[in-house]
Amino acid sequence: MITARRLGRDFGLKRVLRDVDFEVPHGGFLLVTGPNGSGKSTLLSLCAGLLAPTAGELAVEADRGEIGYLAHEPLVYRELTALENLDLYGRLYRVPERRERIGMLLERFGLWEARRERVASLSRGTAQRLALCRALLHDPRLLLLDEPYSGLDHAGARLLDDELDSLVGERTFVVATHAPQRVEALATAALSLA
Amino acid sequence: MTYLGDVFALARKDLLLELRSRDTVPAMLLFVVSTLVVFHFALPSEASATAETGLLWVALLFTALLGLVRAFVAEREERVLDGLVLAPCDRSAIWLGKVIGVVAFLVAAEVVALPAYALFFRPVGWELVAAVALADLGLAAVGTLLAAMAAAGRARELLLPVLFLPLVIPIVVGGVGASATDDPGRYLAFLGLYDAVFAILSWASFEYVVTE
Repeated sequence: MITARRLGRDFGLKRVLRDVDFEVPHGGFLLVTGPNGSGKSTLLSLCAGLLAPTAGELAVEADRGEIGYLAHEPLVYRELTALENLDLYGRLYRVPERRERIGMLLERFGLWEARRERVASLSRGTAQRLALCRALLHDPRLLLLDEPYSGLDHAGARLLDDELDSLVGERTFVVATHAPQRVEALATAALSLA
Repeated sequence: MTYLGDVFALARKDLLLELRSRDTVPAMLLFVVSTLVVFHFALPSEASATAETGLLWVALLFTALLGLVRAFVAEREERVLDGLVLAPCDRSAIWLGKVIGVVAFLVAAEVVALPAYALFFRPVGWELVAAVALADLGLAAVGTLLAAMAAAGRARELLLPVLFLPLVIPIVVGGVGASATDDPGRYLAFLGLYDAVFAILSWASFEYVVTE
């Protein structure tokens, strides 16, 4: 589903990624690790199509509506409520039976009670749960998750474990994390960036 | 219908954000009224109609700029634009939704600005109202595209005025011409043509502005 050959990305004079090769088949799970500044987030942005490579080749067999992208930021409006944000994304992502799907995800991630609260008033962990709901809302074929456990408490991390367990094999994953032990049992391949 | 539904949802979101945060329209109102007050005292009493009208257009232009500087703040803060850009909807809907929001903010500012102009300077005729309405469309169309462009850059506060002001000079020419000459029809047609040309260009090029 994703093939990268000698992939590189520069920002001005700074080379963030250099000669990266990997392949992720449909249903595969690529675990990406590396220290801060090694280019994990840049790699995910490249896979999402938000950035273009400056060297090498990258082929992603997924349309942009088939990609679920979780970034460092939750990618939601701070002055809208959790429900309003998901409703807007649900419309733009053409989610069938939008209200039911949103309600189900809010319940599953323990956000139902907080659904009418503005994102600005949510804790970091609750906002991360909302970001996960947003990334999963349209049932994407390809999930690009950047530090998915960031900010989550124990219960939130368990919820995410369960969600990944239920989707692994059916969906394709690229997960960048500083805590690989959480997901390494699910990974079918690993990429360590220097 | 889906396209218009997306546009409506995005425009509604911008209006809702402004209703909750109230950080753009009040600033625009305060700016345009205080600018007109300053011009009222700065301009000699025997100033010509053209000079007075010109100053109104300067005030409206900078008020629009003030609103446009903040147009993509909400999207930039939490990288929401990345989420919108990844959505399978037509990306021009993002532009059109934002244009509707910007026009609404401009109209809100002008509802106060035009009576203030009438109070401090001279009565407002239909030509001026028509010119302002047409100018709003052009300012919002061009300004939204440039605001999106500037939002992606680091020197965005500098970039937007540098790009925006030269491109909207024709709006000032058309606006002043329509409201201070004997032949407003010609200038109104000019403003309409400007709106059409720049709206089509901005609509068609927005996708390339928000993607790398």
